[in-house]
Amino acid sequence: MTPLWPPIASHYAAHVDALIWWYTLVVVLLTAPVFILIAVYALRYRRGRVADRRLKTNSSILIETSWSVIPFLITVAFFVYAAMLFFGLHNAPANAMTIDVEGKQWMWKFEHPEGQRELNDLHVPAGVPIKLVMTSQDVIHSFYLPALRIKQDVLPGRYTSLWFKADRPGRYRLMCSEFCGTDHSLMGGSIYVMQPGDYARWLRTAGLDASLAVRGASLFRALGCSGCHTGQTGSAAPDLAGLYGRPVPLSDGRVVAADDQYIHDKILTPNRDVPAGYPAAMPTYAHQVSEDQILELTAYVKSLESANGGTRP
Amino acid sequence: MTTADWANVETPEEKVSYLRAGHTLRSWLFSTDHKRIAILYLLAISFFFLIGGLAAAAIRIELISPTGVFLSNDAYNRAFTMHGIIMVWFFLIPSIPNTFGNFLIPLMIGARDLAFPKLNLLSWYIYVIGGFVTLYALIMGGVDTGWTFYTPLSSLYANGHVVAVAAAVFIVGFSSILTGVNFIVTVHKLRAPGMTWGRLPLFVWSHYATSLVLVLATPVLAITLVLLAAERLFGLGVFDPSMGGDPLLFQDLFWFYSHPAVYIMVLPALGVVSELVAAAAHKRVFGYWFVAYSSVAIAVIGFLVWGHHMFVSGQSPYASAIFSFLSLVVAVPSAIKVYNWTATLYKGSISLDPPFLYAMGFIGLFVVGGLTGLMLAMLAIDVHVTDTYFVVAHFHYIMVGGTVTAFFGALHFWWPKITGRLYPLAWGRVAAVLIFVGFNFTFFPQFILGYLGMPRRYHIYPPEFQPLHVLSSAGASILGLGYLFPLVYLLWSLRNGKPAGPNPWDAKGLEWTTPSPPPKHNFEEIPVVTEEAYAYPPLGEHSK
Amino acid sequence: MTEDLVVHEPYAGLEQQREADYLGMYVFLGSEIMLFGGLFAALFTVRLLHPQAPIEAAEHFKLWLGAANTAVLLTSSLFVALATLVVRDGRRRTASVLLALAVVCGVAFLCIKGVEYRLEYLEGLMPGVGPKISPVRSEPAGLIVDLYFIATFLHAIHLSIGVGLLATLAILLLKRDGAAPPRPITVVMAGLYWHLVDIVWIFLFPVLYLPRP
Repeated sequence: MTPLWPPIASHYAAHVDALIWWYTLVVVLLTAPVFILIAVYALRYRRGRVADRRLKTNSSILIETSWSVIPFLITVAFFVYAAMLFFGLHNAPANAMTIDVEGKQWMWKFEHPEGQRELNDLHVPAGVPIKLVMTSQDVIHSFYLPALRIKQDVLPGRYTSLWFKADRPGRYRLMCSEFCGTDHSLMGGSIYVMQPGDYARWLRTAGLDASLAVRGASLFRALGCSGCHTGQTGSAAPDLAGLYGRPVPLSDGRVVAADDQYIHDKILTPNRDVPAGYPAAMPTYAHQVSEDQILELTAYVKSLESANGGTRP
Repeated sequence: MTTADWANVETPEEKVSYLRAGHTLRSWLFSTDHKRIAILYLLAISFFFLIGGLAAAAIRIELISPTGVFLSNDAYNRAFTMHGIIMVWFFLIPSIPNTFGNFLIPLMIGARDLAFPKLNLLSWYIYVIGGFVTLYALIMGGVDTGWTFYTPLSSLYANGHVVAVAAAVFIVGFSSILTGVNFIVTVHKLRAPGMTWGRLPLFVWSHYATSLVLVLATPVLAITLVLLAAERLFGLGVFDPSMGGDPLLFQDLFWFYSHPAVYIMVLPALGVVSELVAAAAHKRVFGYWFVAYSSVAIAVIGFLVWGHHMFVSGQSPYASAIFSFLSLVVAVPSAIKVYNWTATLYKGSISLDPPFLYAMGFIGLFVVGGLTGLMLAMLAIDVHVTDTYFVVAHFHYIMVGGTVTAFFGALHFWWPKITGRLYPLAWGRVAAVLIFVGFNFTFFPQFILGYLGMPRRYHIYPPEFQPLHVLSSAGASILGLGYLFPLVYLLWSLRNGKPAGPNPWDAKGLEWTTPSPPPKHNFEEIPVVTEEAYAYPPLGEHSK
Repeated sequence: MTEDLVVHEPYAGLEQQREADYLGMYVFLGSEIMLFGGLFAALFTVRLLHPQAPIEAAEHFKLWLGAANTAVLLTSSLFVALATLVVRDGRRRTASVLLALAVVCGVAFLCIKGVEYRLEYLEGLMPGVGPKISPVRSEPAGLIVDLYFIATFLHAIHLSIGVGLLATLAILLLKRDGAAPPRPITVVMAGLYWHLVDIVWIFLFPVLYLPRP
């Protein structure tokens, strides 16, 4: 059986649907006269039929202006509402639970905060804001959840994010919507929206993998990062403890926030945006670490708490 | 006289026509006559329309089943890529300008030819060379990037003949640029005495606006393709994030061309419909200046909306908001045209001959395409439906429902002028209805598919979408018949059609003052224009 | 004044024909500007993403050869400008000499550019060819270097076309007399094209060679 409307799994989706319904109604009202009048005129004034065809005017600035300005103002009202929904989509609540997403030809990899990993399927709790931090190993993909009416391209070499709060438990489709090569149409799976209790149970049973941060820690040593980032005052490289989320003054006077993107970029292009007071001495790891491993390293850096209370492996 | 008697009858007009000025192949291939070059273009683009149509047929057959019918994933990807590339660059962009624009602009403004006749011929040869390179790439196995060539898929990962196809599109771009230069100069400098800007037919206005876009947008595509080819061949990394480049830069540059390119495709169609509506109603177009300037406004604002293709690409949301707003602005001049055409019909004397049925079909389909375009310009809606069949349906309503319908309308309107023969009008009406019905069956279900969440460029798709896909494929077979049918009776009319006479539709415009087909140099004497365009006599109280 | 004596097919008069030629050339040059505009947009984007990259890349470019080339090209434009002035007065021989001088400048530019390319090839700057180890330290600077090659090569192609054009005109002006082609308008058109190629270089030079910390 073919559905004629997609499932609605969130309040946001219901808002988008309302927007499209109202908007469709308005544009139909704006254009119905065009269709009706064309039909009426084609009949009433068809060639050979006797009719009164005397005409007063054949152009009118008043008419032209009103039928361009009034529809325009109506659409602007919709524009404002649509833009507000859109900006909401770009401002994740602070308490959102972060799930890392990685696209690669032709699969999706997910990693939950406690380190559980999934391939192509994603389990999330209902009623909890979820923030997806996404990147790609190869080409551009696009993470698409039709039931939530959301979509975001996933790019190599940078993070994009998307957040949602699914309200209605169930199983919905999850797809790649940016053409990405041979098996593009097979790149997808399901998103399972679960009651929080069910989700907690699922987390426990879903074969617990070593958590991201733990693997990040061993990488941190294996790659030799710990050689310079010793955490001691006076060492050649900045202390990373408590760094995440903090503002970092740069040598050129600007200040940036140490977010996921910043840490990602520092690993790949370390000598851009050098922090104030340090030499541009770090080598690039662009060809040594995968995007996977960068996620792990980032998780490790996040896990380091500031100065004395730090947890060090 | 019976139909058979018309065969081989040579009217006095035909004896001196451009068609009779030389019968050798050479007299065609080296002709600088804009009318002959228009015919050369007509043949060439029809060929590519056929190839692109075959690819479309393969796609529609393949999608009848959710698991595919006869193509592999790679073959399917190559099919839709070639469909897009051939239809966009080898059919839609040159379709109306290079055939009807070429044929009619000099006739409509009272000139003997375009400003640079040799350049015009050169532009056709460049088009043909580009076409051969595409065919080469097609025969060697095609390309699988989608017509949008997004990096890094196209530069680093795709295994088709990306460089060959990029070269073909690069080459055909120069054909566009030369045509654009030619039209702009012709309209500026070769208007007959008395043919002021305010007396230009709206067809000429819209081609003038189109030419501005052709000249200013196409070179940006050219340089983008050079950078893409360099990335693929030499490992240059401007679009490669692993080397510090930016894949979004490619999208920005590509859409900076490709969004205006949509207007290259649709503006000439809008010009055609203005002519058809005026001739159908036997009335001057309502609000001439609004319609004329709306073409220029579309061309100018069209340069500022490319980012609406990139709302989910990772572009800044603030940029997205601005592009969204400007996309609503660019819809205003299009809406003005639609309202003005409707007002033109009011108290007209409306003919329902085939060209005018196409014009009305165009208005209907263009309105649906335009309004769904407005939906796509709304940020939150676009996030859901971009890269789905909703977008596919939307741009097919504009490009096929709009441009191709207008192309067929133009073909039916000016066919008697071009060939000197009339085709059977009843058959023409049947074809127009067939195309309209087939089109809606093909593409309307795709709006629903898109809103349901069916992504575009999917070979294998979830089974719940099958009924709508089957409906679409069934519609496509009606549409295909609708497109083939005119080929039959138009070719038939070449030998058997009644001589058309100079003005079979009783229409206004300088092109209708010449014999059909027109003589080699268009006008014995350059006409002096003393009245506005569409100066139809006023209709009375009890007129028919 | 021996101005444009032949009226060609679609035109009613000399004046109309000349205006059409001018307009056609200007529109075409507008198109050319958009072509190079795409490259400048790419250079600008890389610079925004990596503010240090152009500075590092500039260290590898041969500033003095580039500067010399700028002087050579500006001089050539002077010759072309003078040639378009004298040819309208029917002084075809003088015009021919001036165009020849411009051609010499153009060829000199290409030779200097060739020397630059050779040096850069030996240093391993060229993408895809030459020594495998590039002296460029960072990848973003490598992007600027690559764009430098594309931009200057595209410019050199345009210049070579210009050299061919001017050389042909110089010879024709010398060989034929009076009303025979080339018409003075043709020299003016070629001159416009030459100036555009010159102006493109005037923008490329500072953008590529002059960035400093």
